[in-house]
Amino acid sequence: MHNQARGGLLKNRIFVNDNVSANLIAFADWQQNANEIENTKQQGVILPGDCEYQAYINQLLKLPIIAVFFEKFNDGRGYSLARLLREAGFKGELRAVGDVLVDQLFYLKRCGFDAFELRADQRQADAITALDSFSVSYQAAADQRQPIYQTGP
Amino acid sequence: MYIYNSQDQTLVNQRVAQFRQQTQRFLQGDIPPSEFLPLRLQNGLYMQRHAHMLRIAVPYGMLNSKQLRMLGFLAKNYDKNYGHFTTRQNIQFNWPHLEDVPDMLAHLASVEMHAIQTSGNCIRNITSDEFAGVDAAELVDPRPYCELVRQWSTFHPEFAYLPRKFKIAISGCRDKDRAATWVHDIGLQLHRDDQGKVGCKVLVGGGLGRTPVIGSIIHEHIPISDLLSYLEAILRVYNRYGRRDNKYKARIKILVKALGIDAFKSQVEAQWQTINRDIMRVPESEITRLQSHFTNPAYLILPATCDSLTQGLDRSSEFKTWYEVNSLPHKQNGYRIAVVSLKATGVAPGDVSGEQINALADLADTYSFGEIRVTHNQNIVFADIKQADLFSFWQDLVKYELATANLGLITDIICCPGGDFCSLANAKSIPIAEAIQQHVEQHFDQRQLGSITLNISGCMNACGHHHVGNIGILGVDKKGKEYYQIALGGSSDQDAAIADILGPSFEQTEVTTVIDKILKLFEQHRQTSETFLQTYRRIGLEPFKAAVYA
Repeated sequence: MHNQARGGLLKNRIFVNDNVSANLIAFADWQQNANEIENTKQQGVILPGDCEYQAYINQLLKLPIIAVFFEKFNDGRGYSLARLLREAGFKGELRAVGDVLVDQLFYLKRCGFDAFELRADQRQADAITALDSFSVSYQAAADQRQPIYQTGP
Repeated sequence: MYIYNSQDQTLVNQRVAQFRQQTQRFLQGDIPPSEFLPLRLQNGLYMQRHAHMLRIAVPYGMLNSKQLRMLGFLAKNYDKNYGHFTTRQNIQFNWPHLEDVPDMLAHLASVEMHAIQTSGNCIRNITSDEFAGVDAAELVDPRPYCELVRQWSTFHPEFAYLPRKFKIAISGCRDKDRAATWVHDIGLQLHRDDQGKVGCKVLVGGGLGRTPVIGSIIHEHIPISDLLSYLEAILRVYNRYGRRDNKYKARIKILVKALGIDAFKSQVEAQWQTINRDIMRVPESEITRLQSHFTNPAYLILPATCDSLTQGLDRSSEFKTWYEVNSLPHKQNGYRIAVVSLKATGVAPGDVSGEQINALADLADTYSFGEIRVTHNQNIVFADIKQADLFSFWQDLVKYELATANLGLITDIICCPGGDFCSLANAKSIPIAEAIQQHVEQHFDQRQLGSITLNISGCMNACGHHHVGNIGILGVDKKGKEYYQIALGGSSDQDAAIADILGPSFEQTEVTTVIDKILKLFEQHRQTSETFLQTYRRIGLEPFKAAVYA
């Protein structure tokens, strides 16, 4: 039967439920206690796309989950932020939240996101299709370490 | 030219499937118009005054005859049988229906073409020098490097939602810049270092539009192997810090101006250090692979002089004029570069009928190794024509009304579609071009006037590049009426300059009179063999102002 379900959290190509997003700490609040690692390391933080996170990178790298908030789907700053966090060595879950549309998923995945909280009206069946839009890519990014010219056809 | 491998083909095929599915969801009401907008724009599809417009990518201007015939087919079946070559070497169709666009894209994919990133806030089609590979004065053939950058920028996951559109141009000459690199978001000027290795000077923050700016040099020499990581660093700084609150202040030029080139450069350098340059380094083998697509065609060994050409020149003074104006020296003995002007009086600059597109394909097969190039001046280059063939080539052009002999002259006008088609325009531009062409033809010997660029834009977005015309005309709206502002002294060449505004704007009916006065003043003050631009630079704006507003 055609899956008509909408919204939801997509991880590893399946829709799952967790209550993580509800417990994420806003970056502005988290900053206050960022140095008390013991208190914060079990919690996730939610960063705005234009976040100046550099001063806190060491603490951020220890978190199990970082969410990047998309206020508007066409604000591209979250994509660069994701790549910067991955390049800095962040190994935890990188979750896209906010105005997350199925037609953004392929690029989000390539920039290092591995969890996607779809906007409530987005159809789950379309999301899986969108993740598989392209089977090859020219550039290196977070998901494909080498550009196409390093690997060859 | 570049031939797709299986991966290139897979990507365009999958793009068609993706857009077909997205269009279907939009038509079913599953995607609201505001969210469909960037999806259709990144496939070249605009909503225009009368219908949709589809802009098809012509990477760095290169087309083969098979692709041309496909464009002719699309013109006939999905448009009113014509197409429009643009100022960024692309081609647009002005009448497609949205429902047909996925099929059009599928047809294009079958001949290694697409409309990817021809619009939207992303990295657009890479443009270049239309004489790449055939100009004897060239330092480096830019085409392999254009293809390198095209592939890097195609579906770049990080840069699909930039603050605004992003245009890159690449040239490979020292003294001549036919790609207008100084007025692009990024301009790359290729050269060789002391060891003969290719690198490039990187210009950033140039542009036209509402705020015309000549680019700044951000780096004198980036080795080609590091080019992509350096571009990625520039784009990342722009993506993070370019303004998103006001679309008129969102281009990279505004960020570069706000920070100053030195501060911008140090941010880019800092970013460049964090990117994994080793992984992105372009190996010599990849450059060699790309270069193998742009080797010389099978030139014949020919003498420098040619009797049949001489006979043709003696036979027809019209051919002689066309030869002198529209053909140029070639690096290979016995060959010429021929430029077909799409600026016949009475035809919208850059417009071609379906029949003409097919004729261009046939001519390419007969005379020029099956390839043509589109120029940013909206003309068509046949890069490799034997001198012995020039006369019959010209006779064929005459048949198809493509033999206008005005290359580089004042009637070779760059012009946007303007208010007749474009929903952004404040004023019409095509009728202005036509009126000027008619006036000049009646009252001046344009070959005597020499090289003059005249560029017309129907609004501040400057698609007609009016800021960099020797004479620039901008359509403006004054209380619902169309007016035209005139500026002088612009150039998009190596000596790039933004034109100076003459003064208050004019009504449509006054424009030709003003141009007439400007040209007469030029003739009065001109010293032996000076170009318009040289005279202007010597005498300045004031005499022109005095003559026009007297």
